[in-house]
Amino acid sequence: MENLIGLDEEKLKSSFIELVRRTSSVLPDDVVAKIKEYQAKEKVGTRAASALDTIMENIKLAEDGSRPICQDTGTVIFDIYHPLGLRQSALETIIRSAVADATANHYLRPNVVDPLTGMSKFDNNGVGHPAIYLKQWDEDYLKVALVLKGGGCENVGTQYSLPNTGLKAGRDLDGIKKVCLDAVVKAQGRGCAPGVLGIGIGGDRAQGYTLSKKQLHRKLDDKNENPDLAELEEWLVEKANTLGIGPMGFGGGTTLLAVKAALMDRIPASYYVSVTYMCWAYRRRFMTVKNGNVEFD
Amino acid sequence: MIKLALPTTEDEIRKLKVGDEVLLSGVIVTARDTAHKYMVEKRPDDIRDMLNGTVIYHCGPVMKQDDDGSWEVVAAGPTTSIREEIYQADVMEEYKVRGVIGKGGMGPKTLAGLKKTGAVYFHAIGGASQVLAQAVVRVPGVLKLEEFGVPEAFWSFEVKDFPVVVTMDSHGESLHDVIGAASEEKMKEILGSM
Repeated sequence: MENLIGLDEEKLKSSFIELVRRTSSVLPDDVVAKIKEYQAKEKVGTRAASALDTIMENIKLAEDGSRPICQDTGTVIFDIYHPLGLRQSALETIIRSAVADATANHYLRPNVVDPLTGMSKFDNNGVGHPAIYLKQWDEDYLKVALVLKGGGCENVGTQYSLPNTGLKAGRDLDGIKKVCLDAVVKAQGRGCAPGVLGIGIGGDRAQGYTLSKKQLHRKLDDKNENPDLAELEEWLVEKANTLGIGPMGFGGGTTLLAVKAALMDRIPASYYVSVTYMCWAYRRRFMTVKNGNVEFD
Repeated sequence: MIKLALPTTEDEIRKLKVGDEVLLSGVIVTARDTAHKYMVEKRPDDIRDMLNGTVIYHCGPVMKQDDDGSWEVVAAGPTTSIREEIYQADVMEEYKVRGVIGKGGMGPKTLAGLKKTGAVYFHAIGGASQVLAQAVVRVPGVLKLEEFGVPEAFWSFEVKDFPVVVTMDSHGESLHDVIGAASEEKMKEILGSM
């Protein structure tokens, strides 16, 4: 591993611990900027403004104290792109060990529970947890995306199969818009609004959800290269913010901060629209390791 | 802003209305999924005094034990309340609880329970684990820690000026119902114009 990316295992492990610390306690700049933008729009003295003020205060306290922004440190999701020749099993061992240490340091809550026995795994090392997705790529460096996905917002994620009779949603862009708006209404404030939607169009059920989750890696101010999807993203943000749901569902004009959509091909019989809801506590960070240099973003 | 000391009485709680911003002070008790199932199925007696007249907090905190054995709250925001819908009204009645703090609101069974028992639903800001942890001044105790784990245990938190909003009151009003219905109407209007 050392020869390939220039870090020994111990240093790589401490870099992963630092990645978890930053992700859990420091909200990304693009997310903070977006919350501030909406904070300025809510009328002073309303419950919505007061909720956004508390959110901003919380962001600062978490950063200053290196403490979790939200106590639900969620599903710990690593997406890893690595150069050829790096042993995946070794990487996985390092990550699991880093997650255990990060839990002992209180950057993560002991959050993994056996579904049948209800027993907690106190180091966050369980079956399928942390979630680690490894992909070999042709670059000469390691790139890691980490998302901490809380349960409140995960629970309001949903998947539609088009056409949808109740919503009169056909297999086209308008149909996609309709079901996505429905997802926002169904979520109300329960996903810890204001939120961000990741939308995956097409694929099978598993691919669709995966694609929608991958959209959480995009910066909130980027622009979709596909003009149809760019329009979908803008339309949804605009319309969702007229629904009056507001922060926490208290009412107000800040329901969604952003929408990010992507598509993949489908088979003729299936047309899935998969919606991932991310809460305002949008914990997402990147780490790259190249020639022994570690960079965080 | 209304200041409310805990434990409290039915009279005090009945004065609260949807939309009131309240600062809570006194001892509150965390309970979430496992704890609610346990309270309804086992009806334990050792928690009665602790819960009488106070408020249950739907929260699974991050906790740190200091060298002297005392506990410190690292992070403690609310969790989604609706999962306790099947239990909440029964728990409030059985244990004389005067309110619950959570997020996302609850359903008709709880709303009816609030009216019957004389209790309210307080909404805290979801995700605001640091602002809310700062309002906890002391951790007087914990029950079922070994069995349930840190997030699911019954933690007693002594709080000072813990900020919440009443979103469901003891008179049958729910802010969640109002906003839910209005947003659905608005959506129908948007979809109808497409």
